[in-house]
Amino acid sequence: MTEATAAVNEPVAYNEDVIRKFAIATMFWGVVAFAAGTYIAFQLAFPLLNLDWEFTSFGRLRPLHTSSAIFAFGGNALMASSLYCVQRTCGVTLFGGRPTADFLFWGYQFFIVMAAWGYVNGVTQGKEYAEPEWMVDIWLTIVWVVYLVVFAGTILKRKQPHIYVANWFFLAFILTVAVLHIVNNLSVPVTLTGMKSYGLYSGVQDALTQWWYGHNAVGFFLTAGFLGIMYYFLPKQAGRPIYSYRLSIVHFWSLIFLYIWAGPHHLHYTALPEWAQSLGMIFSIMLWMPSWGGMINGLMTLKGAWWKLRTDPVLRMMVAAIGFYGMSTFEGPLMGIRAVNSLSHYTDWTIGHVHSGALGWVAFISFGAIYYLVPQLWKRERLYSIQLVSWHFWIATIGILLYIISMWVTGIMEGLMWRTYDANGFLQYSFIETVQEKHFLYVVRAMGGVCFLTGALIMAYNLWRTILGDLRDEKIAQEPPEARAHLVAQPAE
Amino acid sequence: MFKHHHFVERNLTLMSVLILITISIGGLVEIIPLYLVRSTIEVVEGVRPYSPLEMRGRDIYIREGCYTCHSQQIRPFRDEVERYGHYSLAAESMYDHPFQWGSKRTGPDLARVGGKYSNEWQVAHLIDPRGVVPESIMPPYSFLAERPLQTDDIFDRMDANIAVGVPYDESMVENAMDDLFVQADPWGDHDGLLARYPKAVVGDLDGDPSRLTEMDALVAYLQILGRMVDFADTAVEDLEAMR
Repeated sequence: MTEATAAVNEPVAYNEDVIRKFAIATMFWGVVAFAAGTYIAFQLAFPLLNLDWEFTSFGRLRPLHTSSAIFAFGGNALMASSLYCVQRTCGVTLFGGRPTADFLFWGYQFFIVMAAWGYVNGVTQGKEYAEPEWMVDIWLTIVWVVYLVVFAGTILKRKQPHIYVANWFFLAFILTVAVLHIVNNLSVPVTLTGMKSYGLYSGVQDALTQWWYGHNAVGFFLTAGFLGIMYYFLPKQAGRPIYSYRLSIVHFWSLIFLYIWAGPHHLHYTALPEWAQSLGMIFSIMLWMPSWGGMINGLMTLKGAWWKLRTDPVLRMMVAAIGFYGMSTFEGPLMGIRAVNSLSHYTDWTIGHVHSGALGWVAFISFGAIYYLVPQLWKRERLYSIQLVSWHFWIATIGILLYIISMWVTGIMEGLMWRTYDANGFLQYSFIETVQEKHFLYVVRAMGGVCFLTGALIMAYNLWRTILGDLRDEKIAQEPPEARAHLVAQPAE
Repeated sequence: MFKHHHFVERNLTLMSVLILITISIGGLVEIIPLYLVRSTIEVVEGVRPYSPLEMRGRDIYIREGCYTCHSQQIRPFRDEVERYGHYSLAAESMYDHPFQWGSKRTGPDLARVGGKYSNEWQVAHLIDPRGVVPESIMPPYSFLAERPLQTDDIFDRMDANIAVGVPYDESMVENAMDDLFVQADPWGDHDGLLARYPKAVVGDLDGDPSRLTEMDALVAYLQILGRMVDFADTAVEDLEAMR
């Protein structure tokens, strides 16, 4: 045996402690984010729920919902999965040792709590998805640099010659989010002891900078990062290698190149110059291709393992996630076309689109990864209950469908009502009539939220029992391909 | 190509550099020209920095997350122009740090809400939206009328605005504290304020002239929205020619 292979075969003491913490935080913040979202969805149907109290008004709770979904739930899921993946695929423990990893974990949670505390108290920059004020932004920058150092440092001391494809996506996500965060949040504080600041950019330049940031928060935080999850955890769960190495290369570089251009599609028909809008539209349409390249690479990984979908609800969740990814990355370019956008912009259609991505893709792929991770991390034979995973899957899926279908209907309805003229050439509807018309579907949307939250609570219970070491006595369906041989038509004698 | 990719995926530094180059191109090509191309912001008469009270009202607008439901950007469509007024110009938000164009109309656009309703209507609506519009789903903001406006940091706020490029001149800074109070004082001398900030709405804003509240500031802000540019003097053809 050569020295090199001996080193590879040596068992590595991975840092799983910090992954366990991130996994628990993911579940915790997930429930918080879904509960906050459900509550503000009910506020839009029943405004009395604003309670005539400043701390519970929609305007302050909405950033709490979006940030806890994206940065708290999504961010912890990304850190758990990326730091797990980078250790396993590099064959080494985390760079920087335990204290650095623990600083990363607690530092990131502190960022979340500070941001959330600020929102409820009205501390906000007033830029969507970049609401935290300057002090919190600086703190996040420090934490993020530590994240980069831990992640890249682990890659640097890897025992494998190649950097695994999932890590390309994680690396692009970490680097790009750093650039976006720093550039978009430059501001001048009013005083060094207060939270209030005024952003460096104004008007049209600020608008494009913000949506360059905002769109790529979607592109790199919610897409590239979660594609990293897909590239590691899907093959693991399916027991199959990634379908195509070449497709990975093509779709990785084209995805990160094209995404950055697409921001102006959030500003169609505004005071942004038309050339910028056109660039945004063209690149949005082109973006459809690498997005579906990723979807195809994910789905085709199941080649030869499709039968597992019948018995493995965790895999089913991951595959449904990829399906929703494909759907929302088709819808996105569609809505990025100026003519379509003239109808969809400012309406609930956008909200529905975001949630088919956030609930269907981001949350489902994260659920899949966490379901995979928890038995591994706590050294359990399997999850407490496979049937509860199945319940979670179906309840959450129904919730997503209620959500996105009601938002398609209200969005297109209000978009059309705003532009309807009567026979005499006057606007047919006042604004408030469109609000009134949406009430029932707002209730349906909130019920979708209730379903999704219920699913997450089932998951939390299931994980808790798994961690305790309990096994629910249930028949685990095993259906190897041979069992299905009798279904194959036999030639007649 | 695929053969050469082996170099990239074996070298972390090379890969990181290539990623940074790849993701920089789009942003640079789209954002830099907005600062260099002069026609990006039309040259129109009337756009001025916010008066100290309007600026404080804008701070409250941002604090309460009004942008999560209200846009301030009218698109050049027949229905929007009839419903809300002249389509928005880039110049009109050139001193907005940050911009508040918004992305969602759960409530109507506010880009030209200034002057559309009386001060009394705005106050009544903010205190109890459903008392004025029964079908409204807007949260009530009654606490704004009760809370005195914080004024002691007005000079710091002016300085921070100047630092990011808002052209407050010397007399604007000198008189900031007086301007803050006099705008909501129905018996005050408004000549200086109106010379510095034309078209500012002055007088009893929140129905309680005895003290300066957050409601005063928010109403002052809402009432200037979209009124700075006089579209009687600005022909659409001229605006088109500038684009």
